[in-house]
Amino acid sequence: MSVNYPLVRTAEPAPLSPPLTFAREVASFVRAKPLGAVGAFVILAMLVVALLAHTLAPYDPYLADYSAQFARPSAEHWFGTDEFGRDVLSRIMYGARIALFVGFSASFAGCSLGAMLAVLSAYRGGTTDILLERLMDILLAFPQLILALAVASILGAAVHNVVIAVAIPIVPRAARVVRATALSVKQNPYVEAVHALGASHARVVLRHILPNVMAPFIIMLTAQLGTAILAEAALSYLGLGTAEPTPSWGLMLSGSAPAYAEKAPWIGLFPGMAISLAVFGFSLFGDSLRDVLDPKLRGR
Amino acid sequence: MRTYVAKRLLLILPTLLGVAAVVFVIMRVIPGDVTLLILGGDQTGRIDPQQVAAMRHQLGLDRSIPVQFGAWLWGVARLDFGTSLWTGQPVIDEVMVRLPLSLEVAVLATIVSVLLAIPFGMLAAVRRDSWVDYLIRLVSIGGLAIPSFWVGILVILFLVIYFGWGPPLEFTPPWVDPWANFQQLVWPVLTVGYRYAAVTTRMTRSTVLEVLREDYIRTAWAKGLRERAVVIHHALKNAMLPVIALVGTEFAFLIGGLVVTETVFTLNGVGRFVVDAVAHRDYPVVQALVFLIAFCFVMVNLLIDLTYAWLDPRIRYH
Repeated sequence: MSVNYPLVRTAEPAPLSPPLTFAREVASFVRAKPLGAVGAFVILAMLVVALLAHTLAPYDPYLADYSAQFARPSAEHWFGTDEFGRDVLSRIMYGARIALFVGFSASFAGCSLGAMLAVLSAYRGGTTDILLERLMDILLAFPQLILALAVASILGAAVHNVVIAVAIPIVPRAARVVRATALSVKQNPYVEAVHALGASHARVVLRHILPNVMAPFIIMLTAQLGTAILAEAALSYLGLGTAEPTPSWGLMLSGSAPAYAEKAPWIGLFPGMAISLAVFGFSLFGDSLRDVLDPKLRGR
Repeated sequence: MRTYVAKRLLLILPTLLGVAAVVFVIMRVIPGDVTLLILGGDQTGRIDPQQVAAMRHQLGLDRSIPVQFGAWLWGVARLDFGTSLWTGQPVIDEVMVRLPLSLEVAVLATIVSVLLAIPFGMLAAVRRDSWVDYLIRLVSIGGLAIPSFWVGILVILFLVIYFGWGPPLEFTPPWVDPWANFQQLVWPVLTVGYRYAAVTTRMTRSTVLEVLREDYIRTAWAKGLRERAVVIHHALKNAMLPVIALVGTEFAFLIGGLVVTETVFTLNGVGRFVVDAVAHRDYPVVQALVFLIAFCFVMVNLLIDLTYAWLDPRIRYH
């Protein structure tokens, strides 16, 4: 038999401050973190350009126009044309798609796999934890780009292979950060309480531990986005990433850009600016997000 | 301390074994037959099966996988990584030719990055949220965001256009001609140094900020010490530990990780060797390099951990 204790309100609760509307929340973020707001703006602009590349781009990015080879930046071709007479601005706009696609999917895949392994490792403890930790240590012994290069060299140059090559080095990095949080979450009395209530392992992990490691997960995700975009550019630059004629920023910097650098510096100038701006945006936004979500992770 | 060192040294073995296993597995899952690649018959499609079998035997590919792994490990232990498929030279000789250049760039770039990072990181922390802090943070995020291969292209372009200078193709060791060596390495070192200075500046800033919040810093202020004394003698000393660890890790990465920078500046170092080997599908070389780079990294990390334990007794008694 159970006894129902009536909930007695002994005092009126303090009046809550009015709920923040989305606009107000944005405004307060901008005021508190102006650099982060700049980053968010860059990311949004990039997303718009990538999504609307087919309407925004003035030319077909694949269309070779030999009458307009090496055209200087002008009203017709804002960023000039390359050695095939292709419009550099249009190629950069379409390149944003590749950069964002690889950036988002690689960092999401890498961070998700890393987080899952980390939660499993922290929750199970014991041998599982030791083995997974060792495996992550081993993967961390390879420099990010070297590991990506080795994986890319085996899989071959194609966009989905680039995603895998870029994602694998992210896994141990995300796992290390998420595991630390998962270990401390596991110590909380409420985890013991739901165990005592007879909750299954799956329920404890999915409902009670995972939601509480979301902060480091999101922080890693944004931090790795910039890294992933750079890694894609580097792989493509080295000829192991996206293959011609697909417009990729890294690819636009290889081969013809240095070869014609004196004659047509704009071929290499603008794609490099696009990469820098994108990574800059993600880093600024990621930093501010980290400060807001979890100041303890500063410097990781 | 002695037990800690012993424990740490013992832990290295499984890690290295794991690294070797990962490298071995990566190289064994390559689609296609390496022998066909070496014999180069895939264009015509006509290859003598006997020749293939002989080659497989010569490379030891007809043995079982554990035997192959054992043989490879035994080779690694004797620094015998096989011969390059491309040049026919022993892999270790090819690595040794390129190592001095990569080491020199790594050492110089680390020095540049530390010289830039520690004063600027400290300044940003002390003048937190001022325009100085914002500027330093912007410049350091720039260092992370701007791809080094693009900086390399711009630097070369600038030098070629304004000074008619192109990067020399042959590496001159510093003991042969220090001036030629300096000319060759100054730009790559500055490019890489800037990037790693950015990482270290951010780390310095955040650790100094953390330390400045400690009680003993308040005590130092309360004693009436000048800012210089508080920041340099009290805060910086304690903030340096994680920074030193980071610099060590960076140095380990720099030895073999400068894949892109070495390519841009046409430096014939270890990183460029990886790219060339991948391009030539020179698997013994890729295998050896990836292993050696990871090996360096594990060893540097061991050194960092031991230094840490030596400096901070709390770690070794943990």
